[in-house]
Amino acid sequence: MAAKQLKCRECGTEYPLEARYVCSRCFGPLEVGYDHERLADVGEVRRRIQGGPQNMWRYHDFLPLAGPQPRMRTGLPAGCTPLIRADRLAERLGLREVWVKNDAANPTHSFKDRVVSVAATRARELGFDTLACASTGNLANSVAAHGAALGMASYVLIPADLEEQKVLATGVYGTNLVKVRGNYDDVNRLCTELSGDRENWAFVNINMRPYYAEGSKTVAYEIAEQLGWELPDRVVVPIASGSLFTKIGKGFAEFIDVGLIDGEVPTMNGAQATGCSPVATAFRDGQDFCRPVKPHTIAKSLAIGNPADGPYALDLARATGGSIDSVNDQEIRAGIRLLAETTGVFTETAGGVTTAVLQKLAETGAIDREERVVIVITGEGLKTLDAVRHSFIDYEVDPTIESFEEAFAESVTV
Amino acid sequence: MAITVKLPTQLRDTVGGAPSVQAEGANVGEALESVFESHGELRDRLYQNGDLRRFVNVYLGGEDIRFLDGLQTALPDGAELTILPAVAGG
Repeated sequence: MAAKQLKCRECGTEYPLEARYVCSRCFGPLEVGYDHERLADVGEVRRRIQGGPQNMWRYHDFLPLAGPQPRMRTGLPAGCTPLIRADRLAERLGLREVWVKNDAANPTHSFKDRVVSVAATRARELGFDTLACASTGNLANSVAAHGAALGMASYVLIPADLEEQKVLATGVYGTNLVKVRGNYDDVNRLCTELSGDRENWAFVNINMRPYYAEGSKTVAYEIAEQLGWELPDRVVVPIASGSLFTKIGKGFAEFIDVGLIDGEVPTMNGAQATGCSPVATAFRDGQDFCRPVKPHTIAKSLAIGNPADGPYALDLARATGGSIDSVNDQEIRAGIRLLAETTGVFTETAGGVTTAVLQKLAETGAIDREERVVIVITGEGLKTLDAVRHSFIDYEVDPTIESFEEAFAESVTV
Repeated sequence: MAITVKLPTQLRDTVGGAPSVQAEGANVGEALESVFESHGELRDRLYQNGDLRRFVNVYLGGEDIRFLDGLQTALPDGAELTILPAVAGG
């Protein structure tokens, strides 16, 4: 495999490719390091991608997995989700070119299938038989499903007040579902403690986190490939821990480095909910670290008050000329409706955050009209139905023409 | 003031492998200083420029001390501090 070692992002200390996520010397996060020297023949790399399966294993050369070959891999492959040209959304916002990367079209309906595919596969390679996670909901769905597909036991820990749809869509896979009386940061603390004692468990976003996080790069690879091996000018991505945001930046950078695409990493805009906006606040205040907050927002999948990759998200936004902005719950609901009404894509609250931030950037003139903009929609609207309840009117009629026309005439009179 | 400090696996080598150590002090900073007196290596692992490293979380009764008074957070007798890496989750 192209992955060579784990490396501390803070102090550079290197470690072997084991189940390890934090630097023993400085507590900094570990990240997978690669040797891309052997990818010198760019034409061959591109052919290998294009000849690969219709899922994210086509980017095998850029993922930290040993074998087998991509086509032989079992489990629940994610990726190759649609990139939709959204002209009606663009027109509404006064922009020329907007694309929607619809990652709700994954096996368990969120981008989390990408990260779990890599973490679960790597966990298998390292000999683990049990998967576990701390989740705001989407990850819970994905870990439970991947455990089922791979025949691995799983333990899924969630905040007890999670949306009912996300609870049901986790339990159905036959996992050990644990509702923790607390918020996500409490769940995460508990899992971090547990992971120290449960050495035979692969916590996908704790001791497997360096591998897990790499899965998010495939969003960038797909966007570039789907645009005909070209880069967008700007990408708008929701931020919870900041991992997806930073790894999309890394994905573009890697494709540029090996010569698969020309140009620079796009302008990266992060999107948070005002009720949980530690990264947006730090960006606004010019800080390079995030002060933890207590979340209070309908965007529960983004409700991480202590974002692990916050500092790196700030670095990326600043380095690419982007920003990190936030929108309130009312704007989030409006964002869900705006995306649904102009593109036919029904997203969960996190996608409402992303769409509303796009709208805000367009309205404030931060986006040049000529730019090619991609928004990353990370999850499915059916998972957060309460966010759209009572947001529209409907009609109830008797099964007669008269009743139909009466209802319609009354409601649609101008 | 007898304080218990629980250590994550990544730090246990600095105290001979124990999962927790005893400390003394009226606040978090003093309690950690009392641990450093006998386990000096721990200071560099937890501190940078006199403050906690940005990827180190310290909890008192489940609450991140950043929500309390940081290193000045007062400790009742018998309090339990938990140190954990901050890079998990998401």
